Amino acid sequence: MCRVVDLQQAVLAENDRRALTLRTELAARGTTAVNLLSSPGSGKTALLEAELTLARSRGVPVAALTADLATENDARRLGRSGAPVKQILTDGLCHLEAEMLRGHLDGWLPDGTRVLFVENVGNLVCPATYDLGETLRVALCSVTEGEDKPLKYPTAFGLAHLVLVTKSDLADAVGFDESAFRAHVQQINPGVETVLTSTRTGEGAGVLLEHALAAHGNAPAHRPVMARQAPPREHHHTHSHHDGAVHSHS
Amino acid sequence: MHEMSLAVAVVEQVDGALRDEPPGTVETVRLQVGELAGVVPDALHFSFTLACEGTVLEGAALHIDTVPGRARCTPCGAEWATGMPPRLHCPDCRSTAAALVAGRELQIVSVHRADHGTVPAPTPASEEN
Repeated sequence: MCRVVDLQQAVLAENDRRALTLRTELAARGTTAVNLLSSPGSGKTALLEAELTLARSRGVPVAALTADLATENDARRLGRSGAPVKQILTDGLCHLEAEMLRGHLDGWLPDGTRVLFVENVGNLVCPATYDLGETLRVALCSVTEGEDKPLKYPTAFGLAHLVLVTKSDLADAVGFDESAFRAHVQQINPGVETVLTSTRTGEGAGVLLEHALAAHGNAPAHRPVMARQAPPREHHHTHSHHDGAVHSHS
Repeated sequence: MHEMSLAVAVVEQVDGALRDEPPGTVETVRLQVGELAGVVPDALHFSFTLACEGTVLEGAALHIDTVPGRARCTPCGAEWATGMPPRLHCPDCRSTAAALVAGRELQIVSVHRADHGTVPAPTPASEEN
């Protein structure tokens, strides 16, 4: 006899539950989490170091978690800002999951932190699938990566609340077509704000911090179309499939 | 490749859900994967086989139903296939106020099992597809 057991559970249900718990706990502490996604070498760490330094100079309590497969180099770089910084080593894993943050927050995140920046593993594919309990998700792309990057990685850019272009000082040298980039972003994420930044010239300085502070305690002003889908019918309890949902076929 | 993490999550959830069921062999796990879910079905198939090893799902087949991306315009009600990469402007009125109708699914739909102690009946082709 073959039996069909209806489950109707989201594959990411466990991660999403943990992310929701984290988001609720962080909100209760007055902390806004910001998830930074980009490919390796796009300048996440340089931008984040500048934003942490700026926040410190303005007296805004911020902290950062930075994830890599190996080395603590980024934590050392970010630590120069004077902000509390912690390295997450993923031991080869290509993305962060909500549970991985939990172990790094307990007993470390200082009380009163307004913004917790989470620098995800440099990768535009895998991290896009995982909610970390952030309020603001930011996708970054440097001018050297090509105007069509948002189309090649639609999940990462399509679910972002803010898109930052980095290394804008190199735009002319590499022939970056800003209007084409903006059009591609709008195709997959209509209405999202795109801002040019450069840690060399200071263009766009503070934009990340300001968006993070504006999201503080609120839902993000922008809601991506890709994030607006009614979730499929779901059983919230692991064992709720026993509620008469077992069919027999013989 | 996050498909390995997803495959492990599938195995853990199915294992947990079947814990209080009568013993039996899991023959097929059926998933819905949306075109816009950011998941590569081939990679998920490969990972699933590895993730099942040494679990109650060992030897189980994975059946993936792909769900095409569809969006609906909030102001004018038009509905369209988004394609990949998705086009999320309304093709009729050009509005940007759309919502997805389908395409982000990443869902365990069902599990097909053969009960222990009984001879598995031949499964009709329609059950597998």
